[in-house]
Amino acid sequence: MKILVCIKQVPDSAQIRVHPVTNTIMRQGVPTIINPYDLFSLEEALRLRDKFGGEVTVLTMGPPMAADSLRKALAIGADRAVLLTDRFFAGSDTLATTYALAQAIRKIQEVFGEQDIVFAGKQTIDGDTAQVGPGVAKRLELLQLTYVSKIENCEPEKREIIVERRAEGGVQILQTKLPCLITMLEGTNEIRRGTIDDSLRAARAEIVTWSAKDAGIADLTKCGLKGSPTIVKKVFAPTPRSDRAALIEPAKTAAESAEALIGAIFAKKASLESDMAKLASGS
Amino acid sequence: MSEATAAPAQSRANQKKELPEHFRDYKHVWVFIEQERGEVHPVSWELLGAGRKLADKLGVDLAGVVLGAPGEGTRKAVKEAFHYGADVAYLVEDPILTDYRNEPYSKALTQLVNTHKPEILLLGATTLGRDLAGSVATTLLTGLTADCTELAVDADGSLAATRPTFGGSLLCTIYTLNYRPQMATVRPRQMPMPARDEAKEGRIVEFKADLDEESIITKILKFIPDRESSKTNLAFADVVVAGGLGLQSAENFQLVRNLATTLGAEFGGSRPLVQKGWIGADRQIGQTGKTIRPKLYIAAGISGAIQHRVGVEGADMIVAINTDKNAPIFDFAHLGIVTDAIRLLPALTEAFRRRLSPHQRDRLAS
Ligand SMILES: Cc1cc2nc3c(=O)[nH]c(=O)nc-3n(C[C@H](O)[C@H](O)[C@H](O)COP(=O)(O)OP(=O)(O)OC[C@H]3O[C@@H](n4cnc5c(N)ncnc54)[C@H](O)[C@@H]3O)c2cc1C
Repeated sequence: MKILVCIKQVPDSAQIRVHPVTNTIMRQGVPTIINPYDLFSLEEALRLRDKFGGEVTVLTMGPPMAADSLRKALAIGADRAVLLTDRFFAGSDTLATTYALAQAIRKIQEVFGEQDIVFAGKQTIDGDTAQVGPGVAKRLELLQLTYVSKIENCEPEKREIIVERRAEGGVQILQTKLPCLITMLEGTNEIRRGTIDDSLRAARAEIVTWSAKDAGIADLTKCGLKGSPTIVKKVFAPTPRSDRAALIEPAKTAAESAEALIGAIFAKKASLESDMAKLASGS
Repeated sequence: MSEATAAPAQSRANQKKELPEHFRDYKHVWVFIEQERGEVHPVSWELLGAGRKLADKLGVDLAGVVLGAPGEGTRKAVKEAFHYGADVAYLVEDPILTDYRNEPYSKALTQLVNTHKPEILLLGATTLGRDLAGSVATTLLTGLTADCTELAVDADGSLAATRPTFGGSLLCTIYTLNYRPQMATVRPRQMPMPARDEAKEGRIVEFKADLDEESIITKILKFIPDRESSKTNLAFADVVVAGGLGLQSAENFQLVRNLATTLGAEFGGSRPLVQKGWIGADRQIGQTGKTIRPKLYIAAGISGAIQHRVGVEGADMIVAINTDKNAPIFDFAHLGIVTDAIRLLPALTEAFRRRLSPHQRDRLAS
């Protein structure tokens, strides 16, 4: 099977700080990582390859330094890496991003063969939109399976796949045809570390690097800021609440503290007591 | 939201709005009414509440869009949409739409938009809504702003959609200036539930979508509903008790559950507890978990990181228990106590039990 995985290099947002005066993100020194949700998809792709043979290609669109993430993906076990990088892509919103990625995937199919499955992350931890997967699927007219918790069965010869998908209020067991696009839910599989062979290979591997032109993207008006229907007008920090919490003085015993706290809660909002009495009695 | 950068696009931010000719007759505010197996997701009503304000400001109609199998459930959703404020309901009934599948739903909704031309289209940021919104926006080649926390109409009539970015550390306001419809998704419990008005009725516009089962490749083999016990009511609970890493062990988390049981409340926790396996993922509160709007929220041993804060800010009263008087949670809690939660929680459970139980009170009095 030929499988493609879209990944993104993102700042490790747990370590992001906002400048207290200018309200801008302080990116300096913030380490970058592969978007964590992409790794669940990468792992699933590697499992399918291990089972059926074939190859896994990872693709990212980003600045030249995004090659680091591709190398990490190779070290985990991917077979080939493609970096799509060009200043024309700067400022892309989700719609422009899906255009560029879809074009690059078309080119990958041309050069490296038809891909049976395209994987993408459920969402990123910086943009958080969960739209790139569905967008790429639509652009490529692929069937789309988002929030997949398990691949139940895959039969490449019959071009058939059955998955378990998280839906509202339950799970769906869906059957569809290859090729398709899948986004995996978090925690569905344990991500492998990659072998020593993989890391040696990754260190030496050539990363296929394409500009917009290399990827066959002729219409640059669909890329970057020009190709983005949404524009960010304002970025600002959430307004802090003006008053800090009223603090209850802790008493000698926990029981006394508890009484004081409950007293304060009901003093602040008297109607709560009868509401809660009803809840507590289970009516 | 820009996937590549969150910096304001200075070059275009002040760009004058020149809506192309073919978009000028796009009018009205639409809300997608998420309906499955006869049950409407409450986020739809919350969106009608938000949509009402936008429609009034723009002086246009508010419409609910109902897709589903022909039958009572679907018709009931239409009626309810009117009760929650819709003036019009676009109704697409087809057996193909019995259960949600991306292909027929995105086809039907796209056809409906192209025929009746809304200027704003809102959907819930649920698994269904996100799956559908991404496909429809891409097909229509329009902008989509995900997980908005605030929606407003600007002086020039454009939709200003505000959403958190960079894991909630910042907010940004996003516009879709030159394309229609302007699309946005909003998470459940982000907007208040509007009042229901039994007397309010509206106009139904039926729409026959061009769909046929033969051409739909994806089949649903089975739907397995969540066990009743694992269906948490966290997002809609009146009282929520939550714990964080300050509780120090899975065993101590039981203290949170005990208090919740006594109060008839739901329990939840911060993200690290999910990662440690102390609680299930559906119990996570915050930006990447659930948004809640209880009357009372008790947070024990939770620091109050921004990603947690954005999920609880809709609570009427936030009470924090934390050993660190400088913990950020005290910046947005209403009441707090600087003490060890592991010691306080059992006492709190006991004290609430006494105070809230009439039997107990009678016994104490006698
Ligand atoms: C992209 C992204 C998304 C995220 N999404 C979420 C989300 O949805 N929800 C979420 O909660 N987090 C989320 N986080 C994580 C968030 O940034 C914080 O790391 C997390 O909320 C911290 O959890 P905590 O408060 O339980 O733990 P800590 O930050 O470790 O805080 C523990 C607190 O307990 C106090 N404490 C210690 N001992 C006691 C005691 N005995 N009694 C009382 N208090 C005590 C400490 O003073 C401290 O304030 C996200 C992070 C990222 C990067």
